[in-house]
Amino acid sequence: MKNKIIGNAAVVVTGLATLLIIAVLVYMLTEIIINGKNYLTWEFLTQSPTEGMTAGGIFPAIVGTVLLVLIMSILGVPIGTITALYLSEYAKRNSIFTKLIRFAVNTLAGVPSIVFGLFGLGFFVQFIGGGMDKVFSSPDQVMWAQPSILWASATMAFLTIPVVIVSVEEALRSVPQDYRAAGLALGATRWQTIRKVVIPNSISGILTGTILAIGRGAGEVAPILFTGAAYFLPHLPEKLSDQFMNLGYHVYIMATQSTDVEATKGIQYATVAILLLVTFTLNLVAVLIRYKIRKKRIT
Amino acid sequence: MEKKPKIIVENLQLFYGKKQALSNINLTINEKFVTALIGPSGCGKSTFLRTLNRMNDLIDNVTIEGKVKIDDEDIYDSYQDIVALRKKVGMIFQKSNPFPKSIYENVAFGPRVNGINDKTRLDEIVERSLIRSALWDEVKDDLSKSGLSLSGGQQQRLCIARALAIDPEIILMDEPASALDPLSTAKVEELIHELKQMYTIVIVTHNMQQAARVSDFTAFFYVGELIEYDRTTKIFTNPSLKQTEDYISGRFG
Repeated sequence: MKNKIIGNAAVVVTGLATLLIIAVLVYMLTEIIINGKNYLTWEFLTQSPTEGMTAGGIFPAIVGTVLLVLIMSILGVPIGTITALYLSEYAKRNSIFTKLIRFAVNTLAGVPSIVFGLFGLGFFVQFIGGGMDKVFSSPDQVMWAQPSILWASATMAFLTIPVVIVSVEEALRSVPQDYRAAGLALGATRWQTIRKVVIPNSISGILTGTILAIGRGAGEVAPILFTGAAYFLPHLPEKLSDQFMNLGYHVYIMATQSTDVEATKGIQYATVAILLLVTFTLNLVAVLIRYKIRKKRIT
Repeated sequence: MEKKPKIIVENLQLFYGKKQALSNINLTINEKFVTALIGPSGCGKSTFLRTLNRMNDLIDNVTIEGKVKIDDEDIYDSYQDIVALRKKVGMIFQKSNPFPKSIYENVAFGPRVNGINDKTRLDEIVERSLIRSALWDEVKDDLSKSGLSLSGGQQQRLCIARALAIDPEIILMDEPASALDPLSTAKVEELIHELKQMYTIVIVTHNMQQAARVSDFTAFFYVGELIEYDRTTKIFTNPSLKQTEDYISGRFG
């Protein structure tokens, strides 16, 4: 009798907790759509903000966000993937060195994103950028030692690398050890085994894990606060040393820095809707890739 | 048939960390005969098998002492090319492990990684290997079918074909039939009989009858030591040691 009550209570409690999560999500989405829907027009997507951000569109912020994600991926995904390959395929499981790498990766994954922002400012903007200016620029010219889309992307890349490492390593580990043994026993080298057996059998996991990691980075604002995001720019970024506008940062600016916060409210909701759309699209792409590769492997 | 040594093992010791798994193994394996390794679980027979193609190298913390000479070359010499060794010494695993690729691609994997890309040559190798592993007649109509769509017994013969495709001289089998039904097991055993015309075979088995049926020589291992090694007929009818007799007659193990 007592067990039965506890059993039923468990169903109710776990069910309620799940329901709560769904309710919050539904509430958030409805709120965003109801308040933002009047602003979601073609002009909103294709024009720059006007009149102190109380009118116009968010085109530069969309372009800035997409560029940020692209450059961040180009910088971070290869490093993360290669590290994961090393950890999963080459490193000795229990050596101190491997444990150190793992410790570093886990710590990096737990560092608050604002700390990454400060690190980016100190390391990329001032140290690397300052050094580059000394070498490449004329004495009084500041080209690299200032916030830019390159440094923001590099900072963001460091934020996503631990996530890429963890998800790619997980995908690689899901390949049965038997396949590796079979490849090696057939006279394949370790690298041939990785290239022809391990990677083809984990490619869907590698891709989806990577995309999800990127999606996580795409919504972050703190790392780009000091490293490249701009309050307002009349033009799009044209070179790597330019600043850029960003969807998340744009919302923050409108909500805190605008001269007329009330007037920007609808635009804020609409901007958030677009930001969500970008991350949802990334997730959707991940799901589609997984689905497509699975289907191909079954037939 | 005349005995000619193919593998000579001298004073072989193997440690996992500090734990000794094989102690002082001395044994000569003859060319184009089937040698069975028997003994209770954990006696070191599989570990020993894996020293013959250096598969133990994949495990961290393994130390190996002594010599394993194949055709008079010590495979543990530092100049040894492990990839070349594994081409010469093929291996069949306990659980059949075809790649999730087509039958053709499974068999062509070994030749391909060894640089053979010519379609006609690959076709030839695939056909010959599948004929030798007695699978050709069952799969020849559709080689593009996934290797995983075959039955368990067929999968294991596919793995044998895959191993034969790189022209090994020695084939190591680690309980190749332990996961198969009796009919498939009979087929694999029949195949072993065929294969010993061309290859030197070393097989680990838990099944006494199987050892008696397929092998010419039998080595009995117990807690990391080689207890007795002789002609299979002698081991199974008139073993020299009481311990061997007890194990074979099922009194322990």
